[in-house]
Amino acid sequence: MSVSAKATRRGVLPGFGLTMGYSILYLSLVVLIPLAALLFNSTGLTFAKFWSVATDPRVLASYRVSLTTAAAAALVDGLLGLLLAWVLVRYRFPGKRIFDALIDLPFALPTAVAGVSLTALYSGNGWIGSLLEPLGIKVAFTPLGITLALMFIGIPFVVRTVQPVLEDLERDTEEAAATLGAGRWRIFRKVLLPELIPPLLTGFALAFARGIGEYGSVVFISGNMPMRTEIAPLLIMSKLEQYDYAGATAVALLLLLISFLMLLVINMLQRWTHKASR
Amino acid sequence: MRKGLKKGLLTGFALLLTAGLTACGNNSGAESGSSASTEPAAAGSAAPSAAASPAQSKEPVELLNVSYDPTRELYENYNKAFSAYWEKETGQKVTIKQSHGGSGKQSRAVLDGLEADVVTLALGYDIDALQTAGLINEGWQSKYEHNSSPYTSTIVFLVRKGNPKGIKDWPDLLKDGVEVITPNPKTSGGARWNYLAAWGYALDHNNNDEAKAQEFLKNLFTHVPVLDTGARGATTTFVERGIGDVLLAWENEAYLSVNELGKDKFDIVYPSESILAEPPVAVVDKVVDKKGTREVADAYLKYLYSEEGQKIAAENYYRPTLDSVKEEYKSKFPDIKLFTLADKFGTWQETQQKHFNDGGVFDQIYVPGK
Repeated sequence: MSVSAKATRRGVLPGFGLTMGYSILYLSLVVLIPLAALLFNSTGLTFAKFWSVATDPRVLASYRVSLTTAAAAALVDGLLGLLLAWVLVRYRFPGKRIFDALIDLPFALPTAVAGVSLTALYSGNGWIGSLLEPLGIKVAFTPLGITLALMFIGIPFVVRTVQPVLEDLERDTEEAAATLGAGRWRIFRKVLLPELIPPLLTGFALAFARGIGEYGSVVFISGNMPMRTEIAPLLIMSKLEQYDYAGATAVALLLLLISFLMLLVINMLQRWTHKASR
Repeated sequence: MRKGLKKGLLTGFALLLTAGLTACGNNSGAESGSSASTEPAAAGSAAPSAAASPAQSKEPVELLNVSYDPTRELYENYNKAFSAYWEKETGQKVTIKQSHGGSGKQSRAVLDGLEADVVTLALGYDIDALQTAGLINEGWQSKYEHNSSPYTSTIVFLVRKGNPKGIKDWPDLLKDGVEVITPNPKTSGGARWNYLAAWGYALDHNNNDEAKAQEFLKNLFTHVPVLDTGARGATTTFVERGIGDVLLAWENEAYLSVNELGKDKFDIVYPSESILAEPPVAVVDKVVDKKGTREVADAYLKYLYSEEGQKIAAENYYRPTLDSVKEEYKSKFPDIKLFTLADKFGTWQETQQKHFNDGGVFDQIYVPGK
């Protein structure tokens, strides 16, 4: 009884039925129906065909490349993003607003533009590449280059999930801990980190999932060498080029599945850490 | 809560239904509307008696030419020439819209419903796909002269000025320390022509031994440091990133690079033999029948074979097929030994199947132990 009372409680938006209806409508048009169409595309696919596509050595190699580079990029973004968010929340400095706005630019920039400019910078005769190559560090056309492109497109996810949590943290708690004799490292570990782990995990998961599916920025910097720097989304494109819709869908479905499992695990992990910190 | 949710679901479903219905309604409305507006033109083209009616009565018409990337400049010039010609001939105004992109991507767009009146693509394979889907009638390739390829091209080498590595012919690409730039045949139509050109050379110089040709290609691809997804991307890698010693490119792309980026930076090298690349054209039968644009679409492609059309192609570095224009531009297009796809490989379907489909020869070059 109390549950139904809650649902019919007057909210800001009129009519639960109507608002919920609209939500379902839009979710269907934008997300559910396209995903269903994807599944439908794979109906021409027998399990045997699916399996042979999924276990093809080139496909497997591309999954390995996509997963490892996306994970590495998301990890680096986690650390870097925490640092960026910290600086933005806790310090005042000239140009802070501009700095803050810059963080979102990777969201707005067409990824192909990012890929082209990163390649121009990091290839052998680019500004940065020409400095690194004499040291024996090749960036463009190696997995390192892919990681770099994925770091670029993933960084806003981490900053924008960690930032609001940091802003909400009361400085009183840290000050209280300090007056009780805790050192800076201890305060970070015992007071800040437990609060920051859930948003960091979310940021990591988002950056990781985005990285797995990223195409535009990576095809330029990866060099697309089969078995070495060929990413899974490129294989989807090359299957489409053969008008092999079913095969392309098979690779895509597997990618989706991996991303979904990954998000699910991180969600569960997050709940668990949240409970543990309470 | 549950009641509310149920209500929500119902509302969502109802909204979806209405949206779907109105969409259908609009659609059919638009269809009948458009067919009504094109009816006079269609009737005019079908009945010879109507053609005698005053020229002004012909409604302006719009064509969509779906093409691939490097033909942009060519068709910009050609469209102007054709609409002038057509208006003079028939009194009908024609506007031509262009669409450019990767050849396969463009073909898929037409497959998915982009209403192209004509397609002018890089490979017969991409038009075959439209035929399989029933958009184009069978036998399209014999509808126009020269396998429906009004202009041709070939694959040449672009090297750095002065040709420091001394690259003259295909075997020079396999020399130690030579880096070759070519896009990925799995994603680029141009790259398929590159690959086939090398394969054809290798066959000719190894008594048609396929195993040796495959060995040649395998060796060649160990010299490729980057596989871009398209021809323009590979040109950028070579020209702007300064990677590689030689770029395998369409003849017209090579000319464009040299003209735009400076004759002091690059040289074009013609190998002893190469492939005759035939980018084909076709009318999309299903679309022109629906829109009633068959007559003008057909004329649009035929005029490519006229003297004016051929000259525009030649000016844009495509090899003309008309003898008189060929003669005029002789100095521009060196006469090297050219073999066709049919000479060495058969149809596009067979070639694609054998070389570029999953598990084909190109995959075997890269996957160990196969």
